[in-house]
Amino acid sequence: MMEAVAAIPPFERFYDERKDEIFGYLARLLGREAAEDAFQETFLRALRAYAKLEHGRHLRAWAFTIATRVAVDVRRTATPVAEPEDIPVHDERPPYAELEHLAGELPPTERAAVVLRYGYDLSYDDIGAALGSSAEAARAAASSGVRRLRRKEIA
Amino acid sequence: MTTVPDGLDRRFRDAAASAGLLDVAYDFTDSPVGRLLVAASERGVCRISFDPEPERELDELARTFGARVLRSPRPVEDVRRELDEYFEGARREFDLAVDLTPLPAFQRSVLEELVLVPYGGVDTYGGLAQRIGKPRAARAVGGALNRNPIPIVVPCHRIVGASGSLVGYAGGLERKQALLGLEGALLV
Repeated sequence: MMEAVAAIPPFERFYDERKDEIFGYLARLLGREAAEDAFQETFLRALRAYAKLEHGRHLRAWAFTIATRVAVDVRRTATPVAEPEDIPVHDERPPYAELEHLAGELPPTERAAVVLRYGYDLSYDDIGAALGSSAEAARAAASSGVRRLRRKEIA
Repeated sequence: MTTVPDGLDRRFRDAAASAGLLDVAYDFTDSPVGRLLVAASERGVCRISFDPEPERELDELARTFGARVLRSPRPVEDVRRELDEYFEGARREFDLAVDLTPLPAFQRSVLEELVLVPYGGVDTYGGLAQRIGKPRAARAVGGALNRNPIPIVVPCHRIVGASGSLVGYAGGLERKQALLGLEGALLV
């Protein structure tokens, strides 16, 4: 029998498919140590919301949305942010890869926008949703972030 | 690619269960009759599977109990321990709550009656049919046992044919024989 394409998968499958990527993302935003708490909080929030999901579309973007909100909360309440983990970025976006080590100094929203766009290839629509704003705002945050990083690189 | 450290993964699985956020927690355990999947809902043990194929099991558990299905050892610790004791011959009765709520009423009545067949004993399909007040339903009783979601703990292996032959077992006749042998009920 064919399953509906957008059926909601058992949570185990969703978790298993997303956990490494989300942990990597949180480590980029928060540093490895803070990422551990944020990781647990992200998937507990996902579990709490899971029973209310209406379909299984966009679950990857949804996971990034929750992780972003958790990370923003953490950075709002935490004092000095740990040095973000130095993760080798092996994608075909050298402009960002060269800048990534500086991203830790960006304001949280710009940082999340830059990492989601260039590190994980999310669309501006999805990033807007993750940031609780719009696609336009996400695009603006990402490009402002990149400009700021370029200036830093030069400085 | 960054991977989640094992300790963190384990902590999340524990936290998810202790926060009461799971529809079903499951894990695997080894036994003399092979690897078993054991699963529990909030109400009790809800599934024991022989030769589990994880993907299919997950889909079925999610369909029956809700999508929040997660491998999480702690909630099924008691089930695993009691099964170990049973297979060591140190336990004759299970002190476990079972969750039969998703089953049709007829099947539930069969399984609830079945639990009363004691360790070391056997009954027949017809006998069980009689005891639930449906003496002509031996065949339907067979069907209900065949789809028993919690074998071993709900002891469908203790039901045999009128002639004493083993007849059938969803987990395979060898397993039925092994379980009855362990309980000392093996009829020759």
